[in-house]
Amino acid sequence: MTNNVKPRPDARAGAARDGNGHPELNDTLFARVLKALAGKRILTHILLIAFGFVMLYPVLWMISSSLKPEELIFREPGLWPSSFTFDNFSNGWDALRYPFSHYFLNSAIITGFSIVGNLVACSLAAYAFARLEFPFKKIFFALMLGSIMLPLHVVIVPQYILFSDLGWINTFYPLIVPKFLATDAFFIFLMVQFIRTLPRELDEAAVIDGAGHWRIFTRIILPLSTPALATTAIFTFIWTWNDFLSQLIFLTNPDKFTVPVALRTFLDSSGESSWGPMFAISVLSLGPIFGFFLAGQKYLVRGIATTGLK
Amino acid sequence: MTDTQVRPRPPGATDRPPVADTKGALRKRRRKEYLTAYLFLLPWFVGLIAITAGPLLTSLYLSFTDYSLIGDSQWVGFDNYTRMFQDDPRFIKALTNTAIYVFVSVPLQLAFALALAMVLDRGVSGLPIYRSVYYLPSLLGSSVAIAILWRQIFGADGLVNEFLGIFGIEGMGWVSHPDTALGTLIILNVWTFGSPMVIFLAGLRQIPTSYYEAASLDGASKARQFFSITLPLLSPIIFFNLILQLINAFQSFTQAFVISGGNGSPADSTLLYTMHVYQKGFNSFEMGYASAMAWVLVLIIAALTGVNFLMSKYWVFYSDK
Repeated sequence: MTNNVKPRPDARAGAARDGNGHPELNDTLFARVLKALAGKRILTHILLIAFGFVMLYPVLWMISSSLKPEELIFREPGLWPSSFTFDNFSNGWDALRYPFSHYFLNSAIITGFSIVGNLVACSLAAYAFARLEFPFKKIFFALMLGSIMLPLHVVIVPQYILFSDLGWINTFYPLIVPKFLATDAFFIFLMVQFIRTLPRELDEAAVIDGAGHWRIFTRIILPLSTPALATTAIFTFIWTWNDFLSQLIFLTNPDKFTVPVALRTFLDSSGESSWGPMFAISVLSLGPIFGFFLAGQKYLVRGIATTGLK
Repeated sequence: MTDTQVRPRPPGATDRPPVADTKGALRKRRRKEYLTAYLFLLPWFVGLIAITAGPLLTSLYLSFTDYSLIGDSQWVGFDNYTRMFQDDPRFIKALTNTAIYVFVSVPLQLAFALALAMVLDRGVSGLPIYRSVYYLPSLLGSSVAIAILWRQIFGADGLVNEFLGIFGIEGMGWVSHPDTALGTLIILNVWTFGSPMVIFLAGLRQIPTSYYEAASLDGASKARQFFSITLPLLSPIIFFNLILQLINAFQSFTQAFVISGGNGSPADSTLLYTMHVYQKGFNSFEMGYASAMAWVLVLIIAALTGVNFLMSKYWVFYSDK
């Protein structure tokens, strides 16, 4: 499980070959598709493309439906709308008590703070586990690993009682504060694994130069850990943006709703009578995930291959 | 970048005392390191106690009580646990649904993941594009937006029925029929096979091509190579994926909650375990009972993981042992 976590040099650098000796091209997307099709394995490609298309069809269909006049959604199964409209977006935007910008802002606040919290708290803990000696280190490390496996459902009832006693229900605190306390232990583990691959000579040299641990951490370890930090930021973004259960539980007033909770309210209030606006807002809600996905693909793939984050 | 700093200075030029020193100073330095370590770990400690371990123990205690958030909790012993299996038919239903959901969708998901990883590993050009396309659903799958989409696709006027109509087959409301609603959730989970696929791809990369070359020279068929080289060498990764996906699947909530309108309808056919916990805890505020159910979930997951670890001795092969 941990034997393959060493970050490998990016296999795509240059026209390099990957671990199995397969050539991997580093061309533009178009050139890559052309070359792929010109190859001998045309049939494989046709099947792979067809399968990928079937897999993504529902999402593509939702995007296209969001651009169709509502009465056309169910009369035109094809992807290309015969007439375009943005009515669904404007109708959906104002369908609930607050305009959707309000919910997007709430989601953005929670997500932003969660990213900062995870980056700060998890990297601090990871440095201690990877580089420092202290009593009970093994026990604490085991506890940290164990907490990764713990289902949220077993702690959420007491957490609710705790936050309710603190008067934090219907505030963002229950969703943000735990991140500053490194409760997403997955990322501690990820960073420990990463820091362990950095040469210790760097730290030792810094010690000789009179640097303390804080200095080593901020000046040497953190700058070199960018890939691990990026992975953490991207996954925190996607998890928090998609999170539903804890937002549903801790946010009770529409004023504080996030995008997922608002979307679900929309579905409940309008039943199945307004698919058009619902799709439009759904598409918008997936937009940031697409964006982060495109921007952070390299890190995403590496992160998932090494730790199994989803 | 640190080159200029790290170059060892000539002896005598350093302004710091020599490192090798007396026992007392050594102990002092070590104690300082302990203190530093604990400072770095401070946020995590607080989180572990307040957000994880504390609630964990509290929920264990609550599981033996009757507690509704108002008033004090009443100690009821094992009543909550016996109630689950004796007086709560919805619990049995939720458990059954979850078992079907997990044990059908996870093997299918892993089979798809492995099959496509093997095709992609065979030197298909454009690998990064395919990998991204197949991986994307894993990121989207747990969102409310996709659950809403699924509700439409498998609804009476949905995309699936439109497709079936081309062949003259009259469909039905798949999400609103008790026999098929759970199936649509299973399909949704299988659809997110991209994340185990990426892990398989990384695993396949570790198998040296020379093994396959040698096997081909010896005249081994593709099937033989798969069973004698790929499967054994990939077994640790299969094991890892299996554990991970089992744990994930047992905790599925969002999709079932949104697709069923929050109550497991039709006829409790999509009532998953976590939804029952949610309803008991946060709809009817039976916090004690919900805690007991959550603990049973922990025990189930722990037992399955344990059994998997025990069985892994017989089929997981670690080459570095």
